[in-house]
Amino acid sequence: MSLFSIKGMHAGYGARNVLHGIDLDVEERQIQVVLGANGAGKTTLLRAISGTIAREGTILFDGARIDRLSARKIVAAGVAHVPQGRGTFADLTVDENIRLGAYLRTGAEARQDRERWLTFFPRLRERLSQQAGSLSGGEQQMLAITRALMLRPRLLLLDEPSLGLAPIITQGLFKTLAAIREETGMTMLIVEQSANLALDVADSGVVLESGEIVLRDSAQNLAGNDEVRRIYLGYE
Amino acid sequence: MSLVVKPKLPVAIRVAVTAVLAVIFLYVIPFVVPSYLVSQFATVLAFAIAIVGINLVTGFGGAITLGHAAFVALGAYTTAILVVRYGWNPYATIPVSAALSWIAGWCLGFPALRLQGLYLALGTLVLSITVPPILKRFDGFTGGVQGLNVGNPEAPAFLPLDDSQWIYFVCLVIAAALYVVARRILSGPLRRALIAARDNQLVGAVMGVDRATLTTATFAMSSLYAGVAGSLYAMIVGFVSPDTFNVMMSLSLFVGAVVGGITSLNGAIIGAMFIQFVPIWASDIDVSLGGLVFGGALIITLVVIPAGIGGLGERVFLWLCTRLGWVEGAGPVRAEAEAMGSAQNEPA
Repeated sequence: MSLFSIKGMHAGYGARNVLHGIDLDVEERQIQVVLGANGAGKTTLLRAISGTIAREGTILFDGARIDRLSARKIVAAGVAHVPQGRGTFADLTVDENIRLGAYLRTGAEARQDRERWLTFFPRLRERLSQQAGSLSGGEQQMLAITRALMLRPRLLLLDEPSLGLAPIITQGLFKTLAAIREETGMTMLIVEQSANLALDVADSGVVLESGEIVLRDSAQNLAGNDEVRRIYLGYE
Repeated sequence: MSLVVKPKLPVAIRVAVTAVLAVIFLYVIPFVVPSYLVSQFATVLAFAIAIVGINLVTGFGGAITLGHAAFVALGAYTTAILVVRYGWNPYATIPVSAALSWIAGWCLGFPALRLQGLYLALGTLVLSITVPPILKRFDGFTGGVQGLNVGNPEAPAFLPLDDSQWIYFVCLVIAAALYVVARRILSGPLRRALIAARDNQLVGAVMGVDRATLTTATFAMSSLYAGVAGSLYAMIVGFVSPDTFNVMMSLSLFVGAVVGGITSLNGAIIGAMFIQFVPIWASDIDVSLGGLVFGGALIITLVVIPAGIGGLGERVFLWLCTRLGWVEGAGPVRAEAEAMGSAQNEPA
């Protein structure tokens, strides 16, 4: 059975429905990527899963329904969300930002976890006492991811981690994500526009169009799919 | 300043600062300054408590409240009614005031959550407009326009203090205790959670911060501070009347919070001194000058030092500590971090 599965999910903002019946399964230890154009509903999908907007339908996580839970309980159940645009707190130090991720836990556990995740992002360790606002875009994305990892998630939702980053930085970031998956077995659902880089590390993917999933396949097949290559990978 | 320094003062300096503060608060104010000023300083402490409440809800909760006087009134009238109508010991009314205003804060904080920014400011403004007429309406209980004569609590006979010195010390002890509580609240996980909920609701939510509960609790806590301030105010002045707790009081407390520094707990005492003394001095020069000085000071603060006098003081303090090397992990680590700070500013 999949670690995570959605059936017939509708979601949107107020009266405006954005997602029209999404079915999605993510297997444990897999990295699944969600491709789609602007306005396809990618961000809405992640926000619906993390419980930060109203949604209908069934969401199963580890065998239990989470579609009726509050955002706080979903976090506690093991689903962490790295929102688009990072959302690091500029006035807090890097360390305080990381510790915010341990809000639901005790200090001792938090210190241990912090050490563990900092081995994946050594650049952050050098900057622990710096204000987060002084970090570069790539470092802020690392910080946002580290902060989410502090929640001890089993499923990590990443909303366009490549936003505003140079391709070389994005590539490094995806490699780190793959390494984290290798070491911890964490399951990831990544929304991306940088399709080629994301498909490099992903196992499978879906294509979202106007709030519906129009294509689902292995990452390899998607990268080779003519339609996907034309629309999302920029090959003519 | 990209690097956040943690000040670490040498022991001698720490002892000296503590000694100076102790001499000022324990000797100079109660025993050296003229007696009529001592009770004004007691009022300053009461206002400082109320302003710490505004620091919590506005500075860290991010919600503008212009209704603080309503909770001060609740505290003051709780004390007055229990003392005058039921013959309570005035000190025993302080916990009751605290509890009642905390509960009132929860009840009002919940609907207030649905209002944001300007709307919350207006909603709370209406609260402080409503309170004086309500107090006048139930005159059988509240004494109406005449108010209630609480009387000043007398100093215990075994202490060589006059009444205003005594109430000053009562206020000092309570203010110090509440200051420590606020400091505790604003260090560690709660501070981060409050800032997260204030600055980015989505991120706060996905970090497991329940903004609704947190904001309501902050509002309730700030009301508790205002209620205790009101209790003390009733004892200092010895008299409560409805029109004391009008919109002007709410506004001046808010001005005090801004001038002192909206996120600076240490600045609360400066803001309180400002709203207590500046209008009096200004109106000594000219009756109409009071409002002008008040408004002018607010504008100057907002333009020149938006962090307030307390915020500026804290910044100068940190700068001094850095210059003098009084920081945690001083030396090579800092220099290294600064060198990296300049190297990593190019876009990624």
